[in-house]
Amino acid sequence: MSGIVWALLGAASAVILAGMGSAYGVGVAGQAAAGVVTEDPSKFAKVLIMQLLPGTQGIYGLLVAFIALSKVGLLGGGAADLTLETGLLIFVACLPIALVGLVSAIHQGRTSVASIGIVAKKPEQFGKAMLFPAMVETYAILALLISILAVSSIQV
Amino acid sequence: MADKKYTYAVARIRSLEVSLFNQAVIEQLLACRDENQCLQFLAERGWGDADTPMNADAILTREREKTWALMESLVDDMSVFDVLTYANLFHNLKAAIKETATEEKNPNIFFNDCAIDGKTMLEILANKDYGRLPENMRQVAQEAYETFLHTRDGQLCDIMIDRATLEAIYEAGKKAKDDIIRQYAESTVAVADIKIAVRSQKTAKSMEFMRKAMAECDTLNIELLIHAALSGMDAVMDYLAGTKYAAGAEALAESPSAFERWCDNQIIETIRPQLTNPFTIGPLVAYVLARENEIKTVRIILTGKRSNLPEEAIRERVREMYV
Repeated sequence: MSGIVWALLGAASAVILAGMGSAYGVGVAGQAAAGVVTEDPSKFAKVLIMQLLPGTQGIYGLLVAFIALSKVGLLGGGAADLTLETGLLIFVACLPIALVGLVSAIHQGRTSVASIGIVAKKPEQFGKAMLFPAMVETYAILALLISILAVSSIQV
Repeated sequence: MADKKYTYAVARIRSLEVSLFNQAVIEQLLACRDENQCLQFLAERGWGDADTPMNADAILTREREKTWALMESLVDDMSVFDVLTYANLFHNLKAAIKETATEEKNPNIFFNDCAIDGKTMLEILANKDYGRLPENMRQVAQEAYETFLHTRDGQLCDIMIDRATLEAIYEAGKKAKDDIIRQYAESTVAVADIKIAVRSQKTAKSMEFMRKAMAECDTLNIELLIHAALSGMDAVMDYLAGTKYAAGAEALAESPSAFERWCDNQIIETIRPQLTNPFTIGPLVAYVLARENEIKTVRIILTGKRSNLPEEAIRERVREMYV
């Protein structure tokens, strides 16, 4: 495979895996949110925020994919002639957000479900409840940082 | 990912748990002057419906119906709750055997919210069509019916069916995939065995009687319990002190009603961890049991108020609440 294929595979992985994680996380948290709103519609805004928390990994994946695509010139219409080594470097640089995005979004979704349970019973504890899923975000951000730094520093 | 099947349902249950009666609400109910004031208080808290007559039975029946209607809307396969209705189902068998054999007619002796209602149970017994019963009921139904016909010994018939009930619950627990059902089954059978031992000791029943009445479980050694019951109440307490039911020994030392309350509280203790479980069917099963406990507690208070019992006497019988 030529370098450009590997680079594209890296960008696609970042979007696909992180997006899958977020879809699951937002989905499972959405089910819990719907359960709470069925009984108490006044909690809609609070549980909606909880539901959205696992959605960020998908956005991070998209961001890294944009940077990678722009780096190899695919966004501008003229793809660079990449060596296999450079293509592989871009692929590996996309892996942190792809893999950590997938796993962290799943776990963040589950934590959001548990925190939605707190909001259901003690809405005044919303701030504390939101911190639990937000903690999981740390690791997605770390992965995002490394992916961005790595992709940006590769010489094309 | 199978445990995420109930995410929506558990979240709804979490919201509904807020409206379960806690100890403070029970205190308010206890503070009511009489039964009418209690019923008024319950109506204000949303118990019953607009068209429900203002009497205890109608309101409590309506509340049970509401719980089961909610579960039906949340769970596709209601068979997971079967184990909770075994006691009512086997009660229907007992009542039907006696009504069929004695040809007496008594109103309101059946539970209709279980797999086989009273009318069907009477038909099955009248036609001796035992094949229509669940497999774990067939043999005991036939044996208990024939025993009652020949001996007219209602207690013997009850013991046979009660033991079959416990065995059915234990079996269902063993087969269950969900921890909550396993724990419920174990706790129910163990508490029933302890109750049998205590009552048998008080009424000086024989070893043979206790062996017929008790069912096997994992957390108690039936033989040791029977021997303890034969030796005296202190021996029963000593035996219980060495098991996970040590608090039962303390309750037994306190008073008979404290012991009865401990027995009921055991189930609540078993299900309490479900309050923090965000997935699986556990919180749903726990909610049904909590509602049953709540309705039972309210029934105790209403009956106490109706009989003009002093508040302290009622309080002693009031069960621990889930929330």
